[in-house]
Amino acid sequence: MSDHHAEHPAWSERHPAWSEADTPSAPVAPAPGGTVTPADAADAARLVAFGLQPKLLPARDAEYAELLRRYREDPAFGRLADAVATGLGLVVLEVSARAGMAVAADEDSVFAVRMGDYARRTAADSADRFLHGLAHLAVAALAFPRPEDLADDGYIGRITVNGVDAFVRQTCRRLEERAEELGENTDPASDAPGLEAAWRVYARRSSTGATKDARRLAGSTTGIVGKAAAFLTDSGFLQRTGDDSGGTYRTTPRYQLQVRDMAGSSAMAELLELGVVPVSDGSATLLPPPEGDDLELAADAGLPFHA
Amino acid sequence: MTLPAQALPLSSPAPGPAADEGLARRLRALACTAPLHDLDVRKANLAGEYGGYAMAEVALAAIDLVTLNMDFDTGADHEQIVARLLPRVAAQAPDRPAAEHERVARWVLENLINVGSVDRGFRAIYGTFGPDGVYVRRDYDFKLIEEVPGYGGAVYLRTTDEAVNVLVGALDTDVTSAQIAAEVKLEVLISRGRLADAQLAAEQARYRTVQYAETLRRTLDATRRNVRAVDWLQAVPDMIAEALDHVADRYRHENAILTNIRKARDEADAVLDSKTAENKRRAAELVDIVKDCIRRHTQLQSRLLDAGPLFRAEQDRQAFAAPAPRSGIDLYGQLVAPVLPLPVEQARRVTDAFFAAGTGLRTPVSVRVADLVEILLTPPVEREHLGVEMPEPDLIATPDDSRFSEEQLARAMELLDLPHDAPRRLSGLLAQARRADPDLPYLVALLAVHAASPAVGTAYRQGEERLLFAVDDGTELDDPEFGGADLIVGTALLDAAGMAAARSEAS
Repeated sequence: MSDHHAEHPAWSERHPAWSEADTPSAPVAPAPGGTVTPADAADAARLVAFGLQPKLLPARDAEYAELLRRYREDPAFGRLADAVATGLGLVVLEVSARAGMAVAADEDSVFAVRMGDYARRTAADSADRFLHGLAHLAVAALAFPRPEDLADDGYIGRITVNGVDAFVRQTCRRLEERAEELGENTDPASDAPGLEAAWRVYARRSSTGATKDARRLAGSTTGIVGKAAAFLTDSGFLQRTGDDSGGTYRTTPRYQLQVRDMAGSSAMAELLELGVVPVSDGSATLLPPPEGDDLELAADAGLPFHA
Repeated sequence: MTLPAQALPLSSPAPGPAADEGLARRLRALACTAPLHDLDVRKANLAGEYGGYAMAEVALAAIDLVTLNMDFDTGADHEQIVARLLPRVAAQAPDRPAAEHERVARWVLENLINVGSVDRGFRAIYGTFGPDGVYVRRDYDFKLIEEVPGYGGAVYLRTTDEAVNVLVGALDTDVTSAQIAAEVKLEVLISRGRLADAQLAAEQARYRTVQYAETLRRTLDATRRNVRAVDWLQAVPDMIAEALDHVADRYRHENAILTNIRKARDEADAVLDSKTAENKRRAAELVDIVKDCIRRHTQLQSRLLDAGPLFRAEQDRQAFAAPAPRSGIDLYGQLVAPVLPLPVEQARRVTDAFFAAGTGLRTPVSVRVADLVEILLTPPVEREHLGVEMPEPDLIATPDDSRFSEEQLARAMELLDLPHDAPRRLSGLLAQARRADPDLPYLVALLAVHAASPAVGTAYRQGEERLLFAVDDGTELDDPEFGGADLIVGTALLDAAGMAAARSEAS
């Protein structure tokens, strides 16, 4: 892969359809003097197009790998590709061999996922909307339990659907116990459902339910978490590794980037706006329970951690 | 010359209360039969010619009579028992005077009560090893027939529990039957509570194994997340060692149980009454439980062996890794934990923000009008919750190679449908069959021979009303094609209603 010019014709032969349909001429290096040719623009757009296929691995596609190499080695080409991405409403998170052209959708981009498209009920039901959002947050929290895990590029997180549900449920139960100790009445006023504590919404929802065709009940919490995991798999953020415990998954580098650079900070900003300032000393707060604590767990859930 | 065997210490036969319990039980049971044998030994001492009488037989008959004649609050009348014993005693020595018959009957009965002894009972001595390994001799006192007070000071006879259990219950068995032996083995296991004990122990061990596995899994999960959260210096190595001991221990036990119970389960195979069926079911259940236990133990063991390497790998990764150049967000501590106590209205804004930025992107679908029509008209894909379609089986018609046709069978059956009061000779049947069809006699002969050993048991179980049978009375068959005995073939009527009643009683 050292000589781009020498190798390129071989690709055009391998992918004649691409080179004919997408690029009017074979991609060549930018002309001396920094002039951008249409061919360069086409290549840059092609790289962004690869980035829009999040499940495509650079290691599996020689053309993708070559464009990535060119992005890193040719600053002008890199700027061009960034510009194409920005124009499409995309944010470039990282361009590397492991993550590929990792792009995220801008808020108003046509590529952004809207909650209403994700789950239809969420438009009308604010509780459902919260639960779907929380499911994504919880999946991320368990995929990257320590701040270091989120920071460490080599880290691969592993989650199970039942594990995530059990974890959130347990946290909710702990809040419930705390409220009971304080003698609080956590029942929300019936005319102000929005003031109900968030954990109650999760705790109220059934964990699972029987369906006619033995599939997961979509409205149950495991159903919601399962949907999140499946959706993230489609986004190229998770890889399904098994069917145990409602489905087991492992994270991809892209997910780490997305959570670290986009979602985490975005949610933090919103939280700060609400006047909640979570203080962290940079160490993990996810710890196992003290000895002798055996709250009931969902089947195959595992990990009863404490706050 | 000294014998080397004498120099060696004698190996004691597996002492301990557990091993001895069954032995002691059987010794006590054996003791209950001793008085009966004693009767036959001591009859020589009686003045007179009593050698012709089988005293043990009379004694067992006496015990049976007492058992059958005693009702719940009183017992059997002494004189009545003697009177009922007389026919049997008389049959044993028909040429002896009736007075002697009565004397024998009374002698047997009195000896069963053991009127000669002070407490009117018997004593046997047997030895066991105590829990401390010391051999202890024990007296076993028992009675076979005891006298109980009845109305108005009358004395009645009752058989004791020992007599009923040993002499009525336990001896009533076909001692050569392997199947019964297997059932007894199983029954003994169950009646002594051993099967239930074994099951309980196995279940508890399984529960313990599941607990270990769960603890281990939690620990490993926690280790994967944060190696510092788990005490790998003391608590976890201790737990692993303990769990490995548990696995080794149970593995030995359960393989032993499995070997024994499986034998019992497979040998007690004919289910004739519900009790056997129940025992068999319990044995099968225990086999399943124990198998599951062994599977879980093996699983736990392999996980336990993996735990150490996992810890070291995680420690390498987490503790010795170079600190990351940037610090990440503590997703749980800084987002999940603060969000959950918020009112849902506010919490939703945070989760919405996370969702919008954290779900990735979707390329919008754009459809051409030409495609749209096709898309809209495509029928939805059937959900495949029924699995893959079964392939059409490729059936090959097998050639009909039966020796006799259905029609011939019907004719033969018709021929053999004899009235129950008019059995016929096989020769006559064969001749009649030959007139109808030259092949038919073969079928009739086959059926007749088969009827020589009629499946009475099957007919009994199925509640059939008629049964074809054939008997050989020694007459030779005179037939051009067949030789052998000229069987008498007939139909027996079975008491179907009575059999059904008997069956329901047995169950």
